[in-house]
Amino acid sequence: MTKSINITLKVWRQKGLHVKGGFETYPATDISTDMSFLEMIDVVNEQLTLDGKDPIAFDHDCREGICGMCGAVINGRSHGPEKGTTLCQLHMRHFSNGDTIVIEPWRAKAFPIVKDLVVNRSAFDQIILAGGYISVNTGGAPDANSIPIAQEIAELAMDAAACIGCGACVAACPNASAMLFTGAKISQLALLPQGKPEAANRALAMVRKMDELCFGNCSNERECEAECPKEISISNIARLNREFIEAGLVSAVK
Amino acid sequence: MNRLTNPLGTSVGKKLMMAVTGLGFCCFLTIHLVGNLTIYGGKDFFNSYVEHLHSLGPLVTLAEIGLLFFAVIHIMTGALLFYQNLKARPIRYSVNKRAGGRTLGSATMPYTGFILLLFVIFHLLNFHFVDKTQTTTFQLVSNAFANPAYIFIYMVAVIIAAIHVSHGLWSAFQTLGANHPKYTPFLRGLSIVFSVVVGIGFGFIPVYISLLI
Ligand code: SF4
Ligand code: FES
Repeated sequence: MTKSINITLKVWRQKGLHVKGGFETYPATDISTDMSFLEMIDVVNEQLTLDGKDPIAFDHDCREGICGMCGAVINGRSHGPEKGTTLCQLHMRHFSNGDTIVIEPWRAKAFPIVKDLVVNRSAFDQIILAGGYISVNTGGAPDANSIPIAQEIAELAMDAAACIGCGACVAACPNASAMLFTGAKISQLALLPQGKPEAANRALAMVRKMDELCFGNCSNERECEAECPKEISISNIARLNREFIEAGLVSAVK
Repeated sequence: MNRLTNPLGTSVGKKLMMAVTGLGFCCFLTIHLVGNLTIYGGKDFFNSYVEHLHSLGPLVTLAEIGLLFFAVIHIMTGALLFYQNLKARPIRYSVNKRAGGRTLGSATMPYTGFILLLFVIFHLLNFHFVDKTQTTTFQLVSNAFANPAYIFIYMVAVIIAAIHVSHGLWSAFQTLGANHPKYTPFLRGLSIVFSVVVGIGFGFIPVYISLLI
């Protein structure tokens, strides 16, 4: 049943990377429990704008859990307290009247703040550029299904490919490590025949890039897997480790 | 050499070194525990175990050098990882909440590790770097545990070791790439069992000895 609730927001406000930030408190009144979390911020922002204040900056695009743009840490949980959902899929019915909600941006050295809750996640793009691709010749499109792939393997690759690059894994990791993201991206290609030729190079290049970008080191805390909106499994991190061991210690690639 | 040091210098490489040396320590703990259990066979049985062990001579020295080598790698790499991980999040969250992944063991690894280092030094000073010409090892042990402060220190250290391995054991397998729906639940269970065995196995010895005297 639709209800209306009144809550208090404590939001991290920061004008830019090199400007000192801090928490601001805003009331959010008459919030329908059918609203999504982002709609709730829209309502607050409308009021802020009417009051002549700067609205809260936050990232979003599809608002249906597929693009990976949204995300913030809500009361200490990436994308909020619900399992397997993005922030845009979080609904206000999970909160109660009178709640105080603390909203913080993703915190990691590799994700510098742009403004308020918006962080720069181009570090992920750089990891992909380092090796998260396959090289295909141009020309006539090959026949579909010309390379047989076992159903189980295809499923595993699809599970890994569900990663939307939101960055919640880095945000939730006590070490700010990007191993779940990188593990998923390495896995989705390494599992398939099309990804095999470049597998060794990919594993080495992506891990090196990840380190260079100052992400932390994985210590198998498993917080990433618990917070990932696409429920990417840490078995993908183990696969990354296997790929890396093979590439680094056995393969011909330098 | 670059062929080896390059991959080992990366984040994954450092974790691999932690895993391999950590597993080495788990093996050592097992052997150490089995040896220590001979104390329940009485004074003579224990002393004869110690004698047998020392009669292995160069093999023991070799094992000691190996352990020392592993310890240096484990400690240096662990310290570096700890430092780098702190640096990876310069501004911390004001609200921290677990999502269900972290455990007591995983959250405290660097701290339990550091305390264990101090304990190992203390332990070696107690029982290793002492003159054993005038006394038997059993005598040394029972002298030490006549003091309640020693019993307390050893019990605390053993509990800390148990917490450390409760995360360390399965984590090492994950780092080595061994993760499979078939055996990962088993490995996680094994870590807990191993941690309990280490805790009770080592932890009860000081109490037992003090009861004897
Ligand atoms: S692995 Fe999950 S949490 Fe990490 S970027 Fe991908 S979808 Fe987001
Ligand atoms: S806005 Fe696209 S996933 Fe949330």
